[in-house]
Amino acid sequence: MDVTTGWYLVLGALLFVIGGTGLLIRRNPLVMLMCVELMLNGVNLSLVAFAQRLDDIGGQTVVFFVLVVAAAEVVVGLGLVVAILRRRPGTTADDLSTLRG
Amino acid sequence: MSELLRSYLTVGIFGVAAIAMAGAMLTIARILRPQRPTPQKLIAYESGVDPVGGDWAQSQIRYYVFAVLFVLFDVEAVFIFPWATRLEVYGTFGLVEMAIFIFILVLGLFYAWRKGVLRWV
Amino acid sequence: MATQSVLAFVGPSVNWWALLPQMILLGAALLIMLVSALAPKQTSTPFVTVTTMCAAITSYIVATGLWNDVQRDGPSSSIASAFGIDGFSIFFTMLILVALAATALLSHGYLDKEGIDAPEFHALLLCSAAGAIVMASANDLVVMFIGLEALSIGLYVMIAMHDRRQEARESAIKYFVLGAFSSAFLLYGIALTYGATGSTNLIHIRDYLGAVVFRDQHLLMAAMALLLVGLSFKVAAAPFHFWAPDVYQGAPSPVTGWMASVAKAAGFAALLRIFFAAFASHRIDWTPIVSVLAAVTLVVGAVMAILQNDVKRMLAFSSVSHAGYVLIAVQAATDQGTAAALFYLFTYTFMVLGTFAVVGAMGRDDDHPLANYAGLGRSRPVLAIGFTILLLAQAGIPTTSGFVAKFQVIAAAVNNKNYVLAGLAMITAVVGAFMYLRIVMAMYVDNEEQKSSVPSWHWSTKVVVIAMVGFTLLAGLVPQFLIEFAEDAVPILIRG
Repeated sequence: MDVTTGWYLVLGALLFVIGGTGLLIRRNPLVMLMCVELMLNGVNLSLVAFAQRLDDIGGQTVVFFVLVVAAAEVVVGLGLVVAILRRRPGTTADDLSTLRG
Repeated sequence: MSELLRSYLTVGIFGVAAIAMAGAMLTIARILRPQRPTPQKLIAYESGVDPVGGDWAQSQIRYYVFAVLFVLFDVEAVFIFPWATRLEVYGTFGLVEMAIFIFILVLGLFYAWRKGVLRWV
Repeated sequence: MATQSVLAFVGPSVNWWALLPQMILLGAALLIMLVSALAPKQTSTPFVTVTTMCAAITSYIVATGLWNDVQRDGPSSSIASAFGIDGFSIFFTMLILVALAATALLSHGYLDKEGIDAPEFHALLLCSAAGAIVMASANDLVVMFIGLEALSIGLYVMIAMHDRRQEARESAIKYFVLGAFSSAFLLYGIALTYGATGSTNLIHIRDYLGAVVFRDQHLLMAAMALLLVGLSFKVAAAPFHFWAPDVYQGAPSPVTGWMASVAKAAGFAALLRIFFAAFASHRIDWTPIVSVLAAVTLVVGAVMAILQNDVKRMLAFSSVSHAGYVLIAVQAATDQGTAAALFYLFTYTFMVLGTFAVVGAMGRDDDHPLANYAGLGRSRPVLAIGFTILLLAQAGIPTTSGFVAKFQVIAAAVNNKNYVLAGLAMITAVVGAFMYLRIVMAMYVDNEEQKSSVPSWHWSTKVVVIAMVGFTLLAGLVPQFLIEFAEDAVPILIRG
């Protein structure tokens, strides 16, 4: 069977959707962070697949930037999660309702 | 069978052989060895230390700051590798650019150090 | 590989002069960090504020020089066409620098009062300002994304910096999760755009879409939808606005002002650059979606604002409805519409910064019941008048800049024969005005037993409020200079 770039695009889309769904339904802040990473990695896979299909190095370069930005973002996110958990252990996103909304 | 899958076949055969060999050894040992279990012998082996507590242990929060710093600086290295492979081609321009990049990173590390993040308290 | 490395490397030509505004800001941020790391004791707040202000002013002077250059020599772009130097980018640079100076002044009093580390706050503020400028100037989707992340990551931390207040953290994590979510959407949109057009460069995308009869229409449509969703989150357009009330309420008030002005302006700058400039040849595909977004945003913003009892939440929904007005101007997809959007964003920046300056002085960050504002007209008459002017400007009352802004937006919709949207904008303006009048009434209606605590205004707050009110009236009475400024700032994508 021939594995074309289309398959990778589908896999990337699936990862993105799984991450997005997880972010919306999971309530543990750490798992939500993981879901964000999953979404970004789905995008990365799509970018590499497109770069392969277009025979262009640009898409792969973008992945570098996405990786670094994702790392910076997740570090800030972890900091926030730790700051909240330190005050109130076992917090889930449902408990974050001091602000009505 | 395509060329790609054929090269995977080697890996497959190797894997099957490895599993079969390990399985055979364990089976032979089970048949040959004497079996006289005592409670002492049945507890998990942890390099001679008495096993205490459950399998779910929380790690120290102190590790977290180091882990975070590591992740950041580790990931920044992704820009240095492609640059390093073509160092001669980029010449002085590339060198200066990378020097600025690393300078800013070092400044971040310096800041973390001065703020006492690297101290193990 | 071996054959490639023989080729001589030619670096992209860099117009350092054009990059100077954001480089000054980043340099100031690094300087503040370095000083705070080296100083034996706490770095003083005045030093940090002065550094930030100096950086903002120097940057502004450079931007003025650049503006004159662009008006004389025409737009250009730099760094392999990834960075646009046109009226549009300098317009937003100026807008962001004004907001930066105002926020630096506002936080001056706030940081001391609340005991927050001033150097870190200002360094983050400068970084996010630089990010916003990069985002507004980027001619490449990836550069735009990096600018967006610099802006957002700075904001996440600035919201959470308050040590003792749980609400700030909660607000920060809500903004973080939704911000990361929307960034992922935006990024997926970028990936699909790249897949459909073969480049992330907006100039290339525009040329490609203009020249090629498109086969892979579905991919491009999906890309546009994802980009639109991602940016709608950032500018708080309904139905992607649900984070706004909570985050606006929980964040420190100076940061709320910064978020409401700069994050929104930079989001719209990206929206205009991508959709108006790069996807111009496909406007038939995206204008209907943007009109629907605009309509929903207007209605949600106006109606929900009335239902709130907390002033900060009211202002959050008012910020949502302002996004709706700008979207009306965006969906026109004409030069006139874009100029109207720019005018709106510029005047809105002044209004919202002044408004949140007053709100910030009125007490704690997360607790602003309307009753707190009762009797303000008696205890602080001058500032009550200032606040009234700012609120009426947001409502769009004549003689203020808000009226001219709304008028231009509606005119753009009418010229585009979109009468339904123009009518809807007028109706929601009336409905929205009710909410602003409610706050004004609360200030002037005498309520004897409700003695509101008289806030102590820091001098820096006074300066900001007076400046913002002054500009709002100036742009309302003689708007011509600003209208021409906005008309000269319509984005032009040009190869460098």
